[in-house]
Amino acid sequence: MKTPKQTSRRSFLKTSAGVAGMLAFGGLLPQTARASKLSVGFIYVGPKDDYGYNQSHAEGAAAVKQMPGVSVVEEENVPETVDVQKTMESMINFDGVNLLFPTSFGYFNPHILELAPKYPDLRFEHCGGLWSADKHPSNVGSYFGYIGMGQYLNGVVAGHTSKSKKIGFVAAKPIPQVLLNINSFLLGARSVDPNITCQVIFTGEWSLAVKEAEATNALVDQGVDVVTCHVDGPKVVMETAAGRGAYVCGYHANQSPLAPDKYLTGAEWNWAKVYTDMVKTVQSGGQIDNFVRGGLAEGFIKMSPLGPAVTDTARNQFAATQSEILKGGYAVIKGPMKDNKGKVIAGSGQSFAETDVALESMNYLVEGVIGSTS
Amino acid sequence: MTMPAPYQVSRFGLIDTSPTGTLAALARRSEGLAIPLAALLAGLLLFGLFLLMLGKSPVEYYALVYKAGFGTAFSWQNTLSRAAPLLLTALCVALPARLGLVVIGGEGAIVLGGVAAGAVAMLIPGGGTGFILMMAMFAMLTGALWIGLVGLMRFYRGVNETIASLLMAYIGIALMNHLVEGPLRDPNSLNKPSTLPLTPEQRIGDLPGMDVHWGLAFGIVACVVAWILIERTRWGFAARIAGGNVRAAQIQGLPVGWLIVGFTALGGAFAGLAGMIEVAAVHGSANASLAAGYGYTGILVAFLARHNPLAIIPVAILLGGFEAANGLVQRRMDLPDATVLVMQGMVFIVILMSETLYGRCKLFTPEKWRAT
Amino acid sequence: MSTTVDIGMWGVPLAILGGAIRVSTPFLFVSLGEVLTERSGRINLGLEGTLVFGAMAGYAAAYESSSPWIGVLGAALAGTLFGLLHGWICKFPRVNDIAIGIALMLLGMGLAFFFGKPYIQPVAPDLPSIPLGAWSDIPQVQAALNVNALFLIGIVIALLMTWMFRSSRLGLIIRVAGDSTDAARAMGLKPDRIRLLSTAAGGALAGIAGAYLSLYYPGSWNEGISSGQGLMAVALVIFARWNPLYCFWAALLFGGAGALGPALQSVGITQGYYLFYAAPYVLTLGVLIATSSRNQTLAGAPGALSITR
Repeated sequence: MKTPKQTSRRSFLKTSAGVAGMLAFGGLLPQTARASKLSVGFIYVGPKDDYGYNQSHAEGAAAVKQMPGVSVVEEENVPETVDVQKTMESMINFDGVNLLFPTSFGYFNPHILELAPKYPDLRFEHCGGLWSADKHPSNVGSYFGYIGMGQYLNGVVAGHTSKSKKIGFVAAKPIPQVLLNINSFLLGARSVDPNITCQVIFTGEWSLAVKEAEATNALVDQGVDVVTCHVDGPKVVMETAAGRGAYVCGYHANQSPLAPDKYLTGAEWNWAKVYTDMVKTVQSGGQIDNFVRGGLAEGFIKMSPLGPAVTDTARNQFAATQSEILKGGYAVIKGPMKDNKGKVIAGSGQSFAETDVALESMNYLVEGVIGSTS
Repeated sequence: MTMPAPYQVSRFGLIDTSPTGTLAALARRSEGLAIPLAALLAGLLLFGLFLLMLGKSPVEYYALVYKAGFGTAFSWQNTLSRAAPLLLTALCVALPARLGLVVIGGEGAIVLGGVAAGAVAMLIPGGGTGFILMMAMFAMLTGALWIGLVGLMRFYRGVNETIASLLMAYIGIALMNHLVEGPLRDPNSLNKPSTLPLTPEQRIGDLPGMDVHWGLAFGIVACVVAWILIERTRWGFAARIAGGNVRAAQIQGLPVGWLIVGFTALGGAFAGLAGMIEVAAVHGSANASLAAGYGYTGILVAFLARHNPLAIIPVAILLGGFEAANGLVQRRMDLPDATVLVMQGMVFIVILMSETLYGRCKLFTPEKWRAT
Repeated sequence: MSTTVDIGMWGVPLAILGGAIRVSTPFLFVSLGEVLTERSGRINLGLEGTLVFGAMAGYAAAYESSSPWIGVLGAALAGTLFGLLHGWICKFPRVNDIAIGIALMLLGMGLAFFFGKPYIQPVAPDLPSIPLGAWSDIPQVQAALNVNALFLIGIVIALLMTWMFRSSRLGLIIRVAGDSTDAARAMGLKPDRIRLLSTAAGGALAGIAGAYLSLYYPGSWNEGISSGQGLMAVALVIFARWNPLYCFWAALLFGGAGALGPALQSVGITQGYYLFYAAPYVLTLGVLIATSSRNQTLAGAPGALSITR
């Protein structure tokens, strides 16, 4: 992820020449030299080496950097306020970017939606937002991956590994993406043993080290022996849980170096594939689809290599389930199923495949999850 | 000691050099400008040395800061957008400071002011200028209540306002999170829990001809109003007496309790207004992004401005400019995003240190001119 | 891992106990440091920056030397430097110590993030813990009573400081400087030097608090490692009435109340967790209101402190 100094100096000379030219035209004209050189901007909400969400995107950016004919600019720790609007405009005005990846969910509404109409020649690609043709500008696209499937596979391994039949989940906020992950984790484990329960603790913030550690401790105190999470940087949860002797399943990026013995597997983003594909499309003069989704099969997500503690039976079921999912259209939520308040969420015969948009507005925790959505 | 003659031949020539003359007045006035400016320069030089030690070019750095902070029309818009909320949150510190109170919890008033604005937009239908003013009023009332409570606790129970306001800030943020994710949540705000989006008629637009929202104008007007209150009214005068010595103020029959509650409440009202502007001009609904740290940055702005509401304006703009430039510096010079924090830290320490020079430089102190 | 015992609702008091021990140490160290500084007549509001820089410096030193204790030493040294800087700047007349503290907070955090980037990924050795719960058969009790040496050292420092202020010559000198600059001068003391050294020692303690965060609990360096513990601990000093022993109780109260939120969720009390998370702040405010009184200006407050004047 670190740029060698020479590269950055070279790109500085190039871009500064470009800026000098732009300033002559008043400094506010977007660069028109799209065909010659593509300039891509990445914006992160946190530090880009957080062992988590931002790192997964920065790894994607690093892959784009390796491509010929592309220059990449990055900015980290950009809050979801007017700051991100100005950061995008600064990249547009001073670096002449033609393709922007503002990667945090909260950047979409209102910030990207505010800016996109002002720069119709530019492309804004946003991670996670629900783009819809009738509501949003056509130069905005949204992409996301079915990472719930990864959490389902995490759950399969967790179900085989857990002795106490209690698994745990440290979550930031009860929003649909997180709820889907929690439900998938439990349902994966229940595919092994239907008596397993999953305890969830919400910390209320995307990044809050001490509270994440306390939540992990509270889970282990209640007998949980496999822990996963959905927070921006899973480092603290992984280290704390492993330190207490529990097994861990990773999320966002590969955290196995943090707990080599206790790490079972993990659901990782594979943004390198997504970003290089998108950049190739633009380079070849094509148009990126406004609504891009993909899962394991499409290479949007991948699983960390299985750890040493994973038994052979677990390995077999993991492999079998994975090949099922790779066929596409796999449904985690399928009837008959109730939520943890007893309400029916899927009648018998009803199922929601991974691609089902209904899953993106999930507002329940399934039966067997101990926790509340509000 | 002989009485000084009003006119005499000095090294300034035949002009009025008496401590009451025009040149003297000019000298006294320029002290307040020259010392901070010199300190700013010294601080920038100090940070330049830091960059040199790391093998980076200070010249390149400052050229980028100038370009991205103040060099183009866009840069100015970027700078002013970032300065806008700081004008109001700094007042939340500067006004109570007149009474000698250190309030550091403006963040709580911002987020709750924002929630109040979001709630009003959600519960009361309508739009237009009148509606926006009502929304502002509710937000200000909420902020005033929150920080005024700190003043109330101070006066009636002797609870230290610094710790109380900090605690109230944390409580306020928790309350905000609870409300926007619970009772006030728009069920359609899926992955970013928020209140119902404001309608276009309920939102605040940009200043005419600029890409900066009206919050900037609100902030500048608020600073001017606060300055008039402090410098030109008897309440401001009374507050300064009470700030110097509470006992003396009480003996003179000044309503110290009212002053404490009033000034803290007014400061809170301005912070609440900042929250409402964030909702109505930037976010379009109230959500967790309201807790962006403007309340804490405001503390720094107020102290740098020596709690003078008019001085808050240039200080906030300077800070906004530094932050506006940080992105370009990060991208061009391969410096981490924390560079701006280091620079601000160094520059502000030098500026704050320069306080010690007031009244010491002979050039600005007419009383000392004669000594030589 | 020894299998845990089903402890049900007992998890809540146990979590409060464990949390009090795990979470309180940084609060304890920072507030003890600030007591020392404030008793000498200055306020250093910037200990949050010192704590964050200490967390980074401690982690870096521990990683480079493979010894967590060298990390603690490094953090203390870094904290001392910040304290010296604050103490030196504030000796100039008319320089506002609170304002300098805020600027130093910015500088400390900035330098920590600036130089800390290369240390986010590596794993540094953690400080060892002392198994004070070995007598119990219940793993959760054992875990809760796994105590870090720094916690015990913190208690010892609190006791020593109490004794120092009460009955040692050094304590008397610091208190005189804190109560009245003029009185100290009249006694032939040098208040500026006393304050410089007190602020330096206070900085060292805040640096150690940072090392506790990065080397023990939660035990890693990243930019979000502190959630304002340094700032809160400075405020707790007023709550603790400038008494080192009260600082200990305040830190325990704060740590224990902070564990309430996650613990309640873990036993199934899941609604309104934001409000439970606010418990430490509400509780502190409540105690503050109950114990303050209108007519009595803060008992125990050093007279020369700008905040109490």
